[in-house]
Amino acid sequence: MATEFHSLQELRHSASLATKVFVQRDYSDGTICKFQTKFPAELDSRIERSLFDETIKTFNCFYAEAEKISGQSYLEGCLACATAYIIFLCMETRYEKILKKVSMYVQEQNEKIYAPRGLLLTDPIERGMRIEISIFEDIGSSSSSSTGSSPSSTAQ
Amino acid sequence: MSAVMIARKVTRKWEKLPGKNTFCCDGRVMMARQKGVFYLTLFLIIGTCSLFFGFECPYLAVHLSPAIPVFAVLLFLFVMAMLLKTSFSDPGVLPRALPEEASFIEMEIEAANGNVLAGQRPPPRIRNVQINNQIVKLKYCYTCKIFRPPRASHCSICDNCVDRFDHHCPWVGNCVGKRNYRYFYLFTLSLSLLTIYIFSFDIVHVVLRSVDSGFVNTLKETPGTVLEVLVCFFTLWSVVGLTGFHTYLISLNQTTNEDIKGSWSGKNRVQNPYSHKNIIKNCCEVLCGPTYPSVLDRRGVMSEDPSSPAPSVASAAPTTKNCPPAPQTTKSTAPLIPNEHTPDEAKPSIGAGTQKTNSPKEEKPPSSPNAVAPVVIKESAH
Repeated sequence: MATEFHSLQELRHSASLATKVFVQRDYSDGTICKFQTKFPAELDSRIERSLFDETIKTFNCFYAEAEKISGQSYLEGCLACATAYIIFLCMETRYEKILKKVSMYVQEQNEKIYAPRGLLLTDPIERGMRIEISIFEDIGSSSSSSTGSSPSSTAQ
Repeated sequence: MSAVMIARKVTRKWEKLPGKNTFCCDGRVMMARQKGVFYLTLFLIIGTCSLFFGFECPYLAVHLSPAIPVFAVLLFLFVMAMLLKTSFSDPGVLPRALPEEASFIEMEIEAANGNVLAGQRPPPRIRNVQINNQIVKLKYCYTCKIFRPPRASHCSICDNCVDRFDHHCPWVGNCVGKRNYRYFYLFTLSLSLLTIYIFSFDIVHVVLRSVDSGFVNTLKETPGTVLEVLVCFFTLWSVVGLTGFHTYLISLNQTTNEDIKGSWSGKNRVQNPYSHKNIIKNCCEVLCGPTYPSVLDRRGVMSEDPSSPAPSVASAAPTTKNCPPAPQTTKSTAPLIPNEHTPDEAKPSIGAGTQKTNSPKEEKPPSSPNAVAPVVIKESAH
């Protein structure tokens, strides 16, 4: 890859935001939280398609698991109803547990895959269940990045 | 290094949220602005139950069974819990698009529309998606700057897009949507049971007491009974009817909004793609489905420091220039959550009220909610 970011911290200190890409929701299975695997054109030169697909598929798996109506969710619902939902003050719901896993996954993906490529993946929960990927350009240090972006990074 | 610590008041995200909600308890409670009818609901329930506990329960506990007031207390507590849960929780508000996302969507729309001749109206902003082999149209919300997910709708009273929008209920002082629909249903169901319970035992009490003291004397001894019977009688018709209506909707996996608009009815219309065609499955999905988290993050702390989460420490100025290419179109009804990317000129518009693209119905004075109809469906004209 042309950009030379090696860590999230370096990304923050030596890069400026060029643009943001948004991955759209896939509603073909109804209103469940699922994202389209269509590869955004802006990411073409920045990340391999397979890695991006892997990220999206993992997100879809996590959310499918969270929203699955199974015996467990039914039991949780009935128990909560019986206690007039007071139990949720002490207990974490299954969805919240999975959201924590998603957060950790996002952080791990950023550290291992996205930051080294000058990208930043945002946790969907912070954007109303919409995936945002920020694309950074190097500010214009001595190692001129061969993506050819201008140092002031005003291009969009 | 100064040894004096300046205590800075932390700004939480709820303070900067657009929309017309009121927040209490530092963001833990979220309601609509007009709460008058909600207070009336509280007053009616607490008042009637207090009268019941004061006048009927002592007599019935002694002459019939102590289980009667015990069960009434449990039912009353359940009703209150469901009411407060419905009223105070986030109904499933969808956050507005931040400037970058808004412009990204605009660019996609322009690319999809192609060239529009000058003087011609641009085509309506609609996206077609296929859900369970049915074509569903997703509308664009001009206030929130997003394409609304299926079943979401914009509530003009609260000025928010709400996921799986059912209706705005003035009796609970909040919208009813994906996150609080089951609490709303349990509230109406338990309130129906409570009303029937109190009404029946009022009658039983009057009958039993009249045998001993006579009818007129009974009413003199327990004047509260008359009031309770009146309230229960009128409540019965509305609340039991409402419960029945929502039971019907749940069995078909429809929302009030869809029912009133007739989205899935009629021969030429699309059939409901969300229904499992099985009453049990539909009920399970609505009542026993997962509890969705709020995506609003009301209690998150606003980052005052532009450098901490922002990518550019060294270049704050170019960052603002990186903002959407058409700030004029996005600013006026701009998403109002300021962040490190909000251009400085847009900040004064925050909190000053968005440009109203909604119907004028929302401008009605807050003290005169529609108290006659049990539900109010308000939707902006777009």
